[in-house]
Amino acid sequence: MASEKHNDHAHDHAAHLREKHLMLDPLPRGQMNDMVMESMRATSWKFWVVFGVLSVIVAVFLFGAWGYMIANGLGVAGVNRPSYWGIFLVNTVFWIGISHAGTFISAILRVFKAEFRRPFTRAAELMTTFGLVQAGFSIFMHMGRVWLSYWLMPIPNQRGLWPNFHSPLSWDLLAITTYLLSSTMYLFLPLIPDLAMARDRTPDGTWQKTFYRVLALGFRGTEGEWTHLRNAMNIFAWAIIPVMFSVHTIVSWDFAAATRPGWSSTIFGPYFIVGALHSGMGAVAMVLAVIQSRMKHMKYFIRGEHFEGLGMLMLLVSMAWAYFFFNDYMVQWYGGDKWTQQLLHFHEAGPLGWMWFAMLVFNVAIPWVTLWNKKWRSNPWLLFTVGLLINVGMWFERYIIIPISLTINRMPFTWRMYTPGVEIYLGIGTVAFFILLYMGASRLIPLIPVWEVQEGQMAHSLKTYGRETVVTVSELE
Amino acid sequence: MTIELKIPEYSANWAEGEQQGKWGMAIDMDICTGCQACVAACAMENNIPFVGEADSGYGRSMHWIRTERFWEGEFPEIKMTPYQPVLCQQCGHAPCEPVCPAFATVHSQAEALNLQVYNRCVGTRYCANNCPYQVRSFNWRDYERPEPLPNQLNPDVTVRRRGVMEKCTFCIQRIHRAQDQAKAEGREVADGEFTTACAQACPADAIVFGRIDDPESAVSKLAGGARGFHMLEELGTLPAVTYLKGG
Repeated sequence: MASEKHNDHAHDHAAHLREKHLMLDPLPRGQMNDMVMESMRATSWKFWVVFGVLSVIVAVFLFGAWGYMIANGLGVAGVNRPSYWGIFLVNTVFWIGISHAGTFISAILRVFKAEFRRPFTRAAELMTTFGLVQAGFSIFMHMGRVWLSYWLMPIPNQRGLWPNFHSPLSWDLLAITTYLLSSTMYLFLPLIPDLAMARDRTPDGTWQKTFYRVLALGFRGTEGEWTHLRNAMNIFAWAIIPVMFSVHTIVSWDFAAATRPGWSSTIFGPYFIVGALHSGMGAVAMVLAVIQSRMKHMKYFIRGEHFEGLGMLMLLVSMAWAYFFFNDYMVQWYGGDKWTQQLLHFHEAGPLGWMWFAMLVFNVAIPWVTLWNKKWRSNPWLLFTVGLLINVGMWFERYIIIPISLTINRMPFTWRMYTPGVEIYLGIGTVAFFILLYMGASRLIPLIPVWEVQEGQMAHSLKTYGRETVVTVSELE
Repeated sequence: MTIELKIPEYSANWAEGEQQGKWGMAIDMDICTGCQACVAACAMENNIPFVGEADSGYGRSMHWIRTERFWEGEFPEIKMTPYQPVLCQQCGHAPCEPVCPAFATVHSQAEALNLQVYNRCVGTRYCANNCPYQVRSFNWRDYERPEPLPNQLNPDVTVRRRGVMEKCTFCIQRIHRAQDQAKAEGREVADGEFTTACAQACPADAIVFGRIDDPESAVSKLAGGARGFHMLEELGTLPAVTYLKGG
């Protein structure tokens, strides 16, 4: 009698573990593949309504407004003297920040073998690529003569004119291009087995079949192919981490290398990286919550444990951000430079002082109050809300660093407030374009790296030793 | 055996006057009346467009020289600073130059001036952000020049289009004309032979322009006096413009 009870207890425990952890809850491979394919194909009319609305927003707000601005000059935007850089650069930094989450989750968690990453690495990597596209849009939009932007690339020409490699903007361009190319390749490599899977499950004669056949590069899943793929992914996962760190450091140097109060801060590099991760993690949480609730079968793949792990990371990054913010503020304030003191006072007590306080509440207070609780941070919609607020807070942070800090300079005669013009629509356009690209991608490529989930499930098993149910993980590779 | 740990000898390389420019300006704030004649003359000479009231009020005025003055309190209990015309300081060590990704903002070796190459500018506006004097103007739009205003455009100066940064050139077209003339006559440019539009228009002669590398020139004598100072000197930008303190 007693032993039966213990067995029941062990059984309950095992069932509980299975329910909680995707890695311990395996399904047959064929079934899982079909689930992912179905999640890609099950498209309701609501999807197309949202897709259509977003397409219109992109066409009007992004391309329409940009065309209008190209035709009429930057005067239709709100930039002025002294805020020569406005929301354009705020959005650039914001989107590059969003793009950091993909690499962080995918590469760093991969090399550290954090198992909970498996089902959502791709969802995060897609954010990297699509976020960088929006960053590119934002930075090109802000140029006075964007049709000459190729002059910033080192293209051989008859006059022997080269870009100025002393300029942080040149470093920036090279860093972002490197990051875009390497992160796209890094997105593509783990996608190959899934594309092959999709190819084998797509009927002949459709354009999707051709699409998958071309992109899968003839992958058949032989041992040799897997070895090559693993090697390539390993190299990329390690190599892309320093690229990621360099990108946002170099973005921060656009500001830190300038001779301006509030900008020439030596800690901007790591401060910007942590800020990027902060907004990026929040964005991943938002995307996962939407995917889980809107796409078919996703409740199986994305569970409370993933939000829980992500919530913990968000809390950690929030603490790191608070540390760097305090450090940056403290040293600038202590320096006692009169312009910097004016500027810091303007941040808190100026006409947009509410933004400064909102930034601290959204980036620090709210994550600290909500994410410490395991139950709360396992809730997708709570994490969605916190992620949204963090992103708003981080956008405010960039707004404070760029147009608000530009307002105060060493020539008080030129101090003037910045009022955004058409760049607001352009910013909304980039958000819509990001969602549009993401929605489009969710119909075309498997958002869940099935092979990675299956690999993880093969490595994990539940064993019962006496009365105890124990999780065992075998070393892969 | 002893290891000698030698501290390298510190060598300061700021030889006085070495980085000083070729052309310079002295502005006497004591006799400036704030009449804005320099602003108008500069706009005429350099084809600077009129941006209109709305844009001007929003901080998009395009003046290569502006007259600054600060005041405090209500009239008649008013505290005022002297008028201060502010233009590009033609820094010897300019913050605007290294940040341009397209080499549109470059240093002229021959004239020791900061040049703005309009044709090369793509409009990132980084130079304007990094200018501590905030003296750069950006062409936010293509500004209208109703007839007959196009007839008064100076043929020696490029007309800029939208999306391009511009700034004071120390009337480089006048410098070149004087140099060409002097070269044709086989001599050096004499002090006071020509001057910039702002200095020419100044009714009080508060602005004096000339060769700063010639210790006998009028501008050198003024700039070397006890009243002279450079704006934001602590930044080490080595400006070519010297202000003379007002009373």
